[in-house]
Amino acid sequence: MSDDLYRELILDHYRHPSNFGHLKAPTGKYRDSNSNCGDVIQMEVRVENGKIEDVMFTGVGCAVCIASASLLTENVKGKNVEKVLEMGEPDVLALLGLKSITPERAKCAMLPLKVLKMSLLQEQKQA
Amino acid sequence: MVETSENVQKIRRDFPIFSRLENGKRLVYLDSAATSQRPVQVINAVRRFYEQMNSNVHRGLYEMSEEATQAYEDARSNIASFIGAKPEELVFTRNATEALNLVAYSWGRANVREGDVIVTTEMEHHSNFLPWKLLATEKNAKLEVVKITDEGLLDEDSLDEKLKLGPKIVAFTHASNVLGTINDAKGIAKRVKDAGAICVLDGAQSVPHMPVSVKEIGCDFMAFSGHKMLGPMGIGGLYGRYELLEAMPPFLTGGEMIKEVHIGEVNWNDVPYKFEAGTPNVEGAIGLSEAVNYLRSLGMDWVRSHEKELTAYALSLMVKESSVQVYGPLDVEKRGGVISFNVDGVHAHDVAQILDTEGIAIRSGHHCAMPVMDRYGIPAAARASFYIYNDKEDVEALIKGIEKVKRVFSVE
Repeated sequence: MSDDLYRELILDHYRHPSNFGHLKAPTGKYRDSNSNCGDVIQMEVRVENGKIEDVMFTGVGCAVCIASASLLTENVKGKNVEKVLEMGEPDVLALLGLKSITPERAKCAMLPLKVLKMSLLQEQKQA
Repeated sequence: MVETSENVQKIRRDFPIFSRLENGKRLVYLDSAATSQRPVQVINAVRRFYEQMNSNVHRGLYEMSEEATQAYEDARSNIASFIGAKPEELVFTRNATEALNLVAYSWGRANVREGDVIVTTEMEHHSNFLPWKLLATEKNAKLEVVKITDEGLLDEDSLDEKLKLGPKIVAFTHASNVLGTINDAKGIAKRVKDAGAICVLDGAQSVPHMPVSVKEIGCDFMAFSGHKMLGPMGIGGLYGRYELLEAMPPFLTGGEMIKEVHIGEVNWNDVPYKFEAGTPNVEGAIGLSEAVNYLRSLGMDWVRSHEKELTAYALSLMVKESSVQVYGPLDVEKRGGVISFNVDGVHAHDVAQILDTEGIAIRSGHHCAMPVMDRYGIPAAARASFYIYNDKEDVEALIKGIEKVKRVFSVE
């Protein structure tokens, strides 16, 4: 099953991630790491009227983690913050094109969404 | 002992785990630095305890409890002699982590004062770093960290510099769980003692893999874990010089560790029982004693030379790969059977996951040694580690697995 993990979609997004870098004027920003492996993701968002206008990320991680961040940032642009806060593991797996994932790798896949949500919550607190 | 492979085949037959498959393939177990496998002799010893003498130790006056107490104390003597210590100098703990914490909490709290210097190194597992960092914070003492060289050795000048500060404690690892580096424990212990400090050795990665004698080394404390040396999980030990243990306050309190308890006054038990509060891990001690017997029958010199041979072979193949970065010294005289590496452009997690599809079990991540990761500017590393049941075929499987990683990720 782990051979499935390394299909072109994930490898492509790992090698050439979308939205990798920094935003000029983020309204929210959050950074977190996976304690067991040291993967680090930082998300920067610009929210206007409850909508994600722009989002970019930086970080270091495995193929699953980086591809997840890349696909996630593509997916949430233009979405309502409330909708994004409702996203969960099934949504991330669907983006990655995976039916299932082992618990250890789920932590890699889910780190970007976790960090994105924190950046949105932090943004809400400041707004 | 000429045909290594035949020897290894014989050893492998003692380990039931090797009859299972990993992802439908032969299990190539290269993660013994995290935990070793256990031979049937150890499993049977634990089983025998529960089937034939299960009862609580000490103070039971019936035959079975006396047998259990005897077996527990025989285990202590046997394991103590394996590391060159007297039985009363061996405190059973859960693992090396607990042993190191015991020293920091008990000896450390009683002896470290504001402004004192505590020395550890950049090479340490978090378990030989965090207890000292906490102690330093609590006591307002200074934590000084000996640097490592690019090659992955302890920096001699840095060590000298720290020793000149007149430290109270110097804690260092005998063998690195990331770089494989074997430190000259005896030489360093002498310098530490000459500097007037207490010498704490982390033996978690050395005691399972080479002859180790605390008397020969001359350290004051040494921690080790049973599960890395064929023993059960949840049992480990702390060697402590008798006079030091004797003078130290207890770590955990409760049953077993007292002589007398009155509302107004308490008398602690003798060493080592003073440090073994509550019902101990009797099955663990008995299992570890059997593990020690197993290692003795192979001979620790053989274990070391076998791993040296495998490490040299693996390194010779890995350094040929320009896209593979190996960390730590390349000279097998200076290192043990732990090889941390990265494949260019591929995260260590992905390396481990792809190797798993070939039945190869390695570890990936920061190996509880984030200062070492920082030192080399890497977020993580893959790590293969060898033990008595590995052979050249396993090394070749690893190299083939790395080829697959390169194919999947199109690494040149």
